[in-house]
Amino acid sequence: MYKNVLQSIDHVAIWPVISFLIFFTFFLVLLWWVFTADKTFIQEMSKKPLYDGSEPNHDAEPLN
Amino acid sequence: MQLEKIHYDNKIVKAFIIATVIFGIVGMTVGLLAAIQLFYPVFNFDLQYTSFGRIRPLHTNAVIFAFVGNAMFAGVYYSMQRLLKTRLFNDTLSWIHFWGWQLIILAAAITLPLGITTSKEYAELEWPIDIAIALVWVVFGINMIGTILKRREQHMYVAIWFYIATFVTVAVLHIVNSFEMPVSLFKSYSWYAGVQDALVQWWYGHNAVAFFLTTPFLGIMYYFLPKAANRPVYSYRLSIIHFWSLIFIYIWAGPHHLLYTALPDWAQSLGTVFSIMLIAPSWGGMLNGLFTLRGAWDRVREDVVLKFMVVAVTAYGMATLEGPLLSLKNVNAIAHYTDWIVAHVHVGGLGWNGFLIFGMLYWAIPRMWNTKLYSSKLANIHFWIGTLGIVFYALPMYVSGVVQSLMWKEFAADGFLKYQNFLETTTQILPMYMLRAVGGGLYLTGVFIMTYNLLKTAASGKFVANEEAEVSPMVKVAHTGGYWHHVLEAKPVLFTVLALVSILIGGIIELVPTFLIKSNVPTIASVKPYTPLELHGRDIYIREGCVGCHSQMIRPFRSEVQRYDPKGGEYSKAGEYVYDHPFLWGSKRTGPDLQRTGGKYADSWHFRHMLTPGEVSTGSIMPAYPWLYEQQIDKSQTAAKINALRTIGVPYEPGYEDRANEDLDKQANRIVEGLSMEGLDTSADAEIVALIAYLQRLGADIKLEKVATNQ
Repeated sequence: MYKNVLQSIDHVAIWPVISFLIFFTFFLVLLWWVFTADKTFIQEMSKKPLYDGSEPNHDAEPLN
Repeated sequence: MQLEKIHYDNKIVKAFIIATVIFGIVGMTVGLLAAIQLFYPVFNFDLQYTSFGRIRPLHTNAVIFAFVGNAMFAGVYYSMQRLLKTRLFNDTLSWIHFWGWQLIILAAAITLPLGITTSKEYAELEWPIDIAIALVWVVFGINMIGTILKRREQHMYVAIWFYIATFVTVAVLHIVNSFEMPVSLFKSYSWYAGVQDALVQWWYGHNAVAFFLTTPFLGIMYYFLPKAANRPVYSYRLSIIHFWSLIFIYIWAGPHHLLYTALPDWAQSLGTVFSIMLIAPSWGGMLNGLFTLRGAWDRVREDVVLKFMVVAVTAYGMATLEGPLLSLKNVNAIAHYTDWIVAHVHVGGLGWNGFLIFGMLYWAIPRMWNTKLYSSKLANIHFWIGTLGIVFYALPMYVSGVVQSLMWKEFAADGFLKYQNFLETTTQILPMYMLRAVGGGLYLTGVFIMTYNLLKTAASGKFVANEEAEVSPMVKVAHTGGYWHHVLEAKPVLFTVLALVSILIGGIIELVPTFLIKSNVPTIASVKPYTPLELHGRDIYIREGCVGCHSQMIRPFRSEVQRYDPKGGEYSKAGEYVYDHPFLWGSKRTGPDLQRTGGKYADSWHFRHMLTPGEVSTGSIMPAYPWLYEQQIDKSQTAAKINALRTIGVPYEPGYEDRANEDLDKQANRIVEGLSMEGLDTSADAEIVALIAYLQRLGADIKLEKVATNQ
């Protein structure tokens, strides 16, 4: 059934290569972003789990 | 800024936690029974509902979907509310989700012992339950996305991304792998056949480990570990890289379950390459978890929650290094089909999932009941007994795996296999099976201690059903330029779509060519569809879970060809399986491969062997199947089976369904006559006759003709 719909593909070997390139490009852009990201934003995000809004000492800074 | 008072829903978390503990005990007890059956076959009780082939899927489904599944939902619902500073989207949906999931577990607990199974590992449940799973999963998804949309935090913390990826990917995996053609309410055939079915199944199976047992628990780790350590996560940057690379790479690695099989080479290589790449994100995540404890290691000595979490994260690291190594073809050649794989999954299951869940429970329950843990001492005993349990489970299985592999492959000086009788290799490892059961028993004992401790803890406090919190409303900060991921974290729907695209790329590229390129499955002219009697026999083989111990895939090694097809000298070819809905390649050889078993023994041998395996093969640990001699084949189903298979591409002639039972009777009578000449009397309608017909057909086609490749 799916075979009839999609017929056949030539040059199947190129598929993994293309997909690897897509991923690799994405990964490079990601790395670039991560290393240029705003430091205060990163620090703020890394502390997210520590404040639930239900702690008695709401504003306490955790130890570093 | 005006603070808002809200209430987190603890009641739903409590319900999922109770289910976690109950099904943890049930699932592990069933696992212990399965472990004992392997060295004391008497514990199969000669009952069909408790024989190993049906108990094993009950164990795997119970621990994966009931124990770990319920724990996942508890952890996700607990952490998500607090990370997003909002109550869950809709309380009714939460409860539909909870009860829906428990009903599915109940359905599984009833149908699996009854032998109602698709036989595809971790996807054994039949089609009506598959539909229920899809519906409940969608409810979970709506509740989760709804909660994210009404959040009071602009940015989604990394744990939330892992939850999103879990929801999206499990939905895709479940739907694609569950395409099946119903025959009746409790029976269906996989839409795919042979090699394609194998690829879809292991694309699913591998990613079920990735996206059911790993990503949600990484999210849970990223929330509960910093919480328990009272430290910010070591590197938020690393967690971003961890997330994207993990979900992108994981989806490609499935074919490493099929190395050296009839799967096309290019797909095998793809699986290996991506598996090796997986080491990087997995270890990135592990190190991120462990480094979060920097400066707090002194507390690990005292805080039992941290102890559990450290062992969990370490087990994750070990399992995710071992996995890629097992994906190397040379390592896989030794390890595949052996107990090494059983050890590997249990390091992940007992160590990573189990210990992370225990840590989470010890941390959350005192807080939810507004009290202190009843006994740290008991929790410490649990920790040590559990750790010992893991060691006693894993080490014997490693030894067993290596012994099996060496014995299977050893040649004597005369050029023949040294251990020609497969049974010799099984009896050799029985002491290891006993030790493994000790390990499992220790681990389960720990769970009982935990249950007592948690019950006492809850009794000493008062449950806070709605936990009050003071939060500030969300202030949207506009972003100017640059940081695209920054923007992405504030756009959950776009984020979900991107996560979906990431996993679809790998999935599509892997699956589509295998379906399309004819040269991937060279046809063999002599391979014909099963006869109606063989078809019934095959369905009995599926029902009894024979695939749990017997593979049907001879890899292209001299040792395997000589053991399993000494006369023909043929390893398994993709073209042999074109009518196999579902494929039955198996993943473990507790017994020998059966791909070429047809014609190897007389019908009478099979007849005696299935009734008293231990007498026919002295020392055999195979269960007896006395009920096959009493129960009758359901011939009223023959036509429906033929029709269903024809719809999905098996070339039965039009109208054959009306004549099928005549052919069935003829073939059955021939077998019965042959048996009676040896003094064995049975009815032609007895199930054993169909099973013998099927076993004698296995591998018979390829002996008839040479391969006619379709180029």
